[in-house]
Amino acid sequence: MTDTRTEERATKRKVEVNVGEPIGHPRDPGDDKISNYTINFGPQHPAAHGVLRLIMELDGEIVERVDPHIGLLHRGTEKLIEYKTYAQALPYFDRLDYVSPMCMEHSFVLAIEKLMGLEVPLRAQYIRVLFAELTRISNHMLQLGSHIMDVGAMTPNLWLFEVREDTMQFYERASGARMHANYFRAGGVRYDLPPKLLADMSDWLDNRLHLFEDAISLVADNRIFKQRNVDIAKMSREDSIAWGFSGPMIRAAGIPWDIRRSQPYEVYDRMEFDIPVGTNNDCYDRFMVRVEEVRQSAKIMRQCLQQMPSGPVATDDRKVFPPSRSEMKQSMEAMIHHFKLYTEGYHVPAGEVYVATESPKGEFGVYLVADGTNKPYRCKIRPTGFSHLQAMDFMMRGHMLADTTAILSALDIVFGEVDR
Amino acid sequence: MSVALHVPRYADAPASLVKLAKAMPRAGLETAFDVARDDLIAVLTELRDKHEYQQLMEIAGVDFPDRAERFEVVYCLLSLTRNHRVRVHVATDEVTPVPSVTGLWPVAGWLEREVYDMYGVTFAGNPDLRRILTDYGFEGFPQRKDFPLTGHIELRYSEAEKRVVYEPVSLPQDFRTFDFLMPWEGPEEYKLPGDEKAAVPPAAPPPPPAEKPAAKKPARKPRAKKS
Repeated sequence: MTDTRTEERATKRKVEVNVGEPIGHPRDPGDDKISNYTINFGPQHPAAHGVLRLIMELDGEIVERVDPHIGLLHRGTEKLIEYKTYAQALPYFDRLDYVSPMCMEHSFVLAIEKLMGLEVPLRAQYIRVLFAELTRISNHMLQLGSHIMDVGAMTPNLWLFEVREDTMQFYERASGARMHANYFRAGGVRYDLPPKLLADMSDWLDNRLHLFEDAISLVADNRIFKQRNVDIAKMSREDSIAWGFSGPMIRAAGIPWDIRRSQPYEVYDRMEFDIPVGTNNDCYDRFMVRVEEVRQSAKIMRQCLQQMPSGPVATDDRKVFPPSRSEMKQSMEAMIHHFKLYTEGYHVPAGEVYVATESPKGEFGVYLVADGTNKPYRCKIRPTGFSHLQAMDFMMRGHMLADTTAILSALDIVFGEVDR
Repeated sequence: MSVALHVPRYADAPASLVKLAKAMPRAGLETAFDVARDDLIAVLTELRDKHEYQQLMEIAGVDFPDRAERFEVVYCLLSLTRNHRVRVHVATDEVTPVPSVTGLWPVAGWLEREVYDMYGVTFAGNPDLRRILTDYGFEGFPQRKDFPLTGHIELRYSEAEKRVVYEPVSLPQDFRTFDFLMPWEGPEEYKLPGDEKAAVPPAAPPPPPAEKPAAKKPARKPRAKKS
């Protein structure tokens, strides 16, 4: 795996260590010095969770320095959004963190709605919370599964993917797409839910999540799993705050910070749920915080299903949200609104907001600068994994090479989001 | 304008922020301050240590090519204890560096690298100001408003050379950007072709014959009302 391109740099940073005279062997010129060597991890590596190139300086098997090279999946999302109307920009958000698409849309539509001062009907708010939590479960199924697999266990991942597949089917039934949903719109959600979906979701919560519990029961108390995760990449509370951690990463440090609770949006203030926190802030705590979050998300989903009111799922402001198909067949006015919305789009009053929501990975923010036209002037996306990955070097120092995968998995990195 | 109530709700701005020295409050929906470049470190240190804004969540660059100092660097801070967010804006141009805040928050390292990569804003004191998101050997600053959306260089796999080759972008069709803005709904400065003539005072009309003004007046009045 040694990369010839980095050899030159490696020799520059050579650390000389005298190992003394070999006993009983003729002196070999290669024996008297051990130099640090540099290896490439990725960009194509099954445990890198995407296209990550880590340049690691090793002393034996101990990692001395990590330099993550990111941007291999950079697609210029922020630049593209500046050339699209607000409605056209929305699908780009599905493609950021493609593991939890609807949570990405959530921050963007909330930013637009905050700038426009737009009100959203209650049913739409419940649907958004319901799907945000479904997304959280979906994300954690993939994250927990791959974390387990990265430290060596195969079976739980397969079971967890069963559950994730169910969530994808709910996505499809609500939005028409398994992953890139484009379902949350400024002013509400695109379609009302099909009639049987809520009942099926309730069934699913009662009858399918045991797969998740079974899978976790295999590893949560497993000796090997604990050996690979406990006391790996410990961080102090102060460091976690200074490195800009959020979401499960900061909760594992024992800080009960959750934007859903502290800065409630939509109907989260009506939901009862607990915020799991860690005590040790190692990879195992990060894992277990996410495990408990899945249970809490299921709890929130049940409350949404019970309290779901009937009514419209989008604002009736026709300057923002298009009229229904049937209305368009009857009314000239509706036809005009539809045409205007899908050519020109809606205008967002000038201003700037930073809106952040609790995505499954942590704080996902959108800093939106509007200039009164139909296109964003600037849309800065605050990816969660970017800050977490930056702390990789800090966390990795002094750990073994084999811990890399455990640490990386516990960060919950998805490169669609980090690279944008 | 109505206010959206379902967006993330946090605490009101702490009253102590009024006394924040060297910072100009900025009007808008959220608490934000304009700060001079030289005062940035002092203001951010005060915000972190005295006003409990422990976390730096984001550094965003914005490009306003019309301004004398075209770039704006925006620091988004979060207080975990007071449950409040604040933004600090600082302006700069292509050559003047902004003081780095890596000494205050280690997380600023990559955030500043990204602003440098995208806008070419330099940060004095950042120990590792390399490009971060763009390709190795990339030239130009892609988020600047004068950088074309299509870029300058494209790459493809060349079957002849058996490797990936870099080439200048060739567009089979010109880059198209549609202006859907309506002159009666768009921003104030939107100008229709020909509008500029309205600003110029018309040359003194030749003295009209005595009867005609009476006939013309009613025709003009409704026009003026419409606009």
